[in-house]
Amino acid sequence: MVHWSAEEKQLIASVWSKVNVEECGAEALARLLIVYPWTQRFFASFGNLSSPTAIIGNPKVRAHGKKVLTSFGEAVKNLENLKATYAKLSELHCEKLHVDPENFRLLGNILIIVLAAHFNKDFTPTCQATWQKLVGVVAHALAYKYH
Amino acid sequence: MVLSANDKSNVKSIFSKISSHAEEYGAETLERMFTTYPQTKTYFPHFDLHHGSAQVKAHGKKVAAALIEAANHIDDIAGALSKLSDLHAQKLRVDPVNFKLLGQCFMVVVAIHHPSALTPEIHASLDKFLCAVGNVLTSKYR
Repeated sequence: MVHWSAEEKQLIASVWSKVNVEECGAEALARLLIVYPWTQRFFASFGNLSSPTAIIGNPKVRAHGKKVLTSFGEAVKNLENLKATYAKLSELHCEKLHVDPENFRLLGNILIIVLAAHFNKDFTPTCQATWQKLVGVVAHALAYKYH
Repeated sequence: MVLSANDKSNVKSIFSKISSHAEEYGAETLERMFTTYPQTKTYFPHFDLHHGSAQVKAHGKKVAAALIEAANHIDDIAGALSKLSDLHAQKLRVDPVNFKLLGQCFMVVVAIHHPSALTPEIHASLDKFLCAVGNVLTSKYR
């Protein structure tokens, strides 16, 4: 089980309280699809992903980005129990969606960049370290039920 | 993975904004890397790694200068970084995984200081460029 110090919990809560889940989620997913275009393989049904402009403006990308980051909010609320929190989603990503867990790591890194751009100097090295740890354990929890 | 003409132009454009802060950004990149990925400190047992360390500042300046050199010779990164590539292969032997970690921290620093310049397109090109640099530096490992 992952241990979170009081400082880490505080850094996570304080950043999260200022995050616009819809905007941040949409941006993170759009950047994932733009920076790592092979990730588009999972979104054939999303329509036009032919250019960065198309991806950014795509309403399905925005909606899905919001959904993904909303789910991330569950991690923030359940730091002591991430494997249980993501058990069903992990099974879904394995059995139905067939998503390589490496993609969770890619999205996690993109989320860090989006947070950095948003919070600027407030995204201190310790803050970055805490959030990289968080995205890493979320990725691990989402991969945990893979078989 | 090949840098398109567009990628090259994007990289030059972002570097024109960051070059004047190279030393500062290099040091900050390293500090973030040591804090976020403590295993990277194993390559610097001889350094004082506290915040504000003169050694980290000096090393950050070197790292930033190398990235700028690569950006300035983007048509031939392998040529521009050939000596550094030899150094990493023969002497430093930094495990290849660490170049991605450094790249992530550099990207964070750019995002923090130039959020509006780091559009998704520039982000994509810069990410490719940093991968290309990592590839060159590890190309002679075996």
